[in-house]
Amino acid sequence: MPRSTFDDPREEDDDPAILCRGLRKRYRETVAVRRVDLRIRKGECFGLLGPNGAGKTTTVEILEGLTPPDDGEVRLLGMRWDRDARRIRPRLGIQLQEAELTQRQRVEEAIRLFRSFYADGPTVNELIEQVQLQEKRRTYVKDLSGGQRQRLSVACALAGRPDILFLDEPTTGLDPQSRRAVWEIIEEFKEGGGTVLLTTHFMDEAERLADRVAIMDHGEILVQGTPSELIHSLGGAHVIEFEPTVPLQTADLMELPGVQTFHTRGALCFLTSDEPHRALPALVSLLAEEGGEFASLTTHRATLDDVFLARTGRQLRDG
Amino acid sequence: MGEFVALRELTLTRLRIMFREPEVLFWVFAFPIALALGLGIAFSDPTPSEFRVVVERGSAAEAHVPSLEGHPEIRLEILDGVEAESALRTGDAVILLTDGADEGVVMRYDPTRAESRGARLLVDQLVQTGAGAPRPVTIREVEEGEEGRRYIDWLIPGLIGFNLMSTGLWSVGYFVTQARQNLQLKRLVATPMRRSHFLLAQVLARFAFLIAEIPAMVIFAWLAFGVRIEGSLFTLGVVVLAGAACFTGFGLVACSRTRTTEAVSGIINSIIMPLVVLSGVFFSTARFPDELQPFIQFLPLAALNDALRAVYNDGLPITAVAGDLVILAGWTVLSFFLALRWFRWQ
Repeated sequence: MPRSTFDDPREEDDDPAILCRGLRKRYRETVAVRRVDLRIRKGECFGLLGPNGAGKTTTVEILEGLTPPDDGEVRLLGMRWDRDARRIRPRLGIQLQEAELTQRQRVEEAIRLFRSFYADGPTVNELIEQVQLQEKRRTYVKDLSGGQRQRLSVACALAGRPDILFLDEPTTGLDPQSRRAVWEIIEEFKEGGGTVLLTTHFMDEAERLADRVAIMDHGEILVQGTPSELIHSLGGAHVIEFEPTVPLQTADLMELPGVQTFHTRGALCFLTSDEPHRALPALVSLLAEEGGEFASLTTHRATLDDVFLARTGRQLRDG
Repeated sequence: MGEFVALRELTLTRLRIMFREPEVLFWVFAFPIALALGLGIAFSDPTPSEFRVVVERGSAAEAHVPSLEGHPEIRLEILDGVEAESALRTGDAVILLTDGADEGVVMRYDPTRAESRGARLLVDQLVQTGAGAPRPVTIREVEEGEEGRRYIDWLIPGLIGFNLMSTGLWSVGYFVTQARQNLQLKRLVATPMRRSHFLLAQVLARFAFLIAEIPAMVIFAWLAFGVRIEGSLFTLGVVVLAGAACFTGFGLVACSRTRTTEAVSGIINSIIMPLVVLSGVFFSTARFPDELQPFIQFLPLAALNDALRAVYNDGLPITAVAGDLVILAGWTVLSFFLALRWFRWQ
C-alpha cells in the first residue's frame, strides 16, 4: 500500500504560496473538479499530473482567478480572489494552454505590451534574453516555431517578475530540444526562489522539474508526494512488463522471490520488484512449468507513469 | 511604469495590427474610394439634362418633329412601332410620342422615373409653342454654377458617413471578437491590465485611424471631381469625431458577447444594411413616406449624413448641426453604456 502523503511534515507549513480546500466545479453535465485540496509552499515547483480531461486546467484556472469555483476556498500568498484581486494579479505570471498571441505582432512588441501591465519587472531586453529570443526580436509571432512561440508566451508570463508562475502544459506539442529549452527557463525561475505550478501529462517533465506532484484523474487527486515517494509507493523500483502465452495465477506470481506487487492492463502483466535479478529467473521458470512462453518481455525503472497505471489501470497518455 | 504606458501600448498594438492587415486597408481606403469613383463617373454625365425622346415613325406625332429638333436638352429619334415601344420599356427613352385614339398626339412615359416630369413639361411646351401657342409671360432662365449641386457633391459626405459607420463597426467588432475567440482577451485578463484601458485603446486606435481615413477620401473627391468643403474644417472635424465615437460604441455593442467572427459579421451586417438604405447614403431620405420621417431623422447615420452635408455642401456653421450632434451624442452614450454592461471577457 502507498504511504499516505497527508502526514508529510511540509503540510505543517503555515505560510503556503498556494492553498486550496474542497474545490468543486461542474460544467452542465460534467463534473470537472470533484474535490481538490492543495498546499504548495513558497519556492516549490509543484506538478499537477494527469491525462487530458482530468480537471488539471479547470483546477489551475480556478487558482488563477479566471474561473469561479462552485465551492471551496483559495488562498494565494495568503490573499483571496474575492477581496484582494488587485493585489494578487501583479504577483502572478500566467501562461494559458490554448491562448494565442496576436499573429501580426513582433516578439519585442508582444513583450513590451505585457511588460506595460506591471509596475515592476525586468526590462524588455532582459526578458528577451531570458527566453533566448534575441535573434527573433523583430519577427512576427506568426513566423515563430512552436517552441519559440511557447518561450515568448513564458516571457510574457515572467514580465512582472512574478512570485508564482502558472504553466499549463507548457511543452505539449514541442520537439525534445524545444522542451528542454522551456525546462531551462523554468529551472532558472525556480533558482530565483519562485513558486511554480505546472500541469503536464508528461511524467518525465514532472520527474525532472517538480519537487512534489499530485496525480489527478476524473477531477480528483489520486495521490500526492515527491516523485520518489510516489515511485516507492509502488513497492519496487523496477517494473517487469510481460505478456505470457498461458494464464498465470496472481497468487503464484506474488510468491515469486523479490516480487512486490502485480497488476495487469489488458493482456499485459506488470510486476514491481526491488530485486529484478531474483524475480526474473523465478518468473522464467514459473512460466516454463506452466508450459508457456513470453509473447513480450521488458524491464524498466519505475516511473510516475507506472504509479498512474497501478492506480487507474490506464496510462497517462491514453488520455 | 505609469498608467499611460499600458494604454499607449494597447493602442499601438491595435494600430499596428490594423495597418498590417491588407484586407483592412482595402475596406477602409480602397473600397470607399472605388465606390466614389464608380458612382461619380456614372452620375456625372457632362450633359445630365439630356432626354431621349422617341417619335413613332408614321404617326401623327411626326408632324411635330421640327418643333423638338435642335433643342440642346433633347436627343430625338424616330423609330418604328416595335422599336419605339421597346425603347420606352427598357428605359432608354424617357418619352414616347405616338398616335392617339382620336387624331391627337399621345405622350407616354413612366411616372416613377424622376426625369419623366421635367421631360414631359419640356416636350409639351416645345410642341405647343411650335404649333403656335402664345407665351403670355416672358421668363428668363438663369443657370446656376455647376459645382456644389451635382450628385457627386451630395454623395461624397454620405460616403464619408458610411465609412465612419462601417470602419467603426468592423475595426472594433471584428478585432475584439477575434481576440476573444483566440483567448487573447482571457490572456490579457490574467494580467493586472485595467480592463477599461483595453476598451479605451480600441476607441483611441479608431480615432487615430481617422487621421488617415478622412483626408484620403476628402482629397480624392477634390482631385477627381472637384468636390469642395463649403463649411469650416473645424466644424467638419467635430461632426466626424461625433460620428466616429458613435459607431465605435456600436462596434463595442456588436462584439460584447460574440464568440466567433462569423457571429459578429452577421450582427454587423444586420446593423449596416438597414442603416445604409434608410439614412440617405446613396439617395435622399426625402424619398421615404412622410410617416417614416420622424423615425428616420433619429437614426445615427441619417443624423451624421445630414450634419456632414450641412457642413460639406451648404457651408453651415456648427450651430446649424447642433440637433444632429445631440442625436449622435445620445446614441454614443447609449451604445457605450450597453457595451460596458454586456461585455464578456471569456
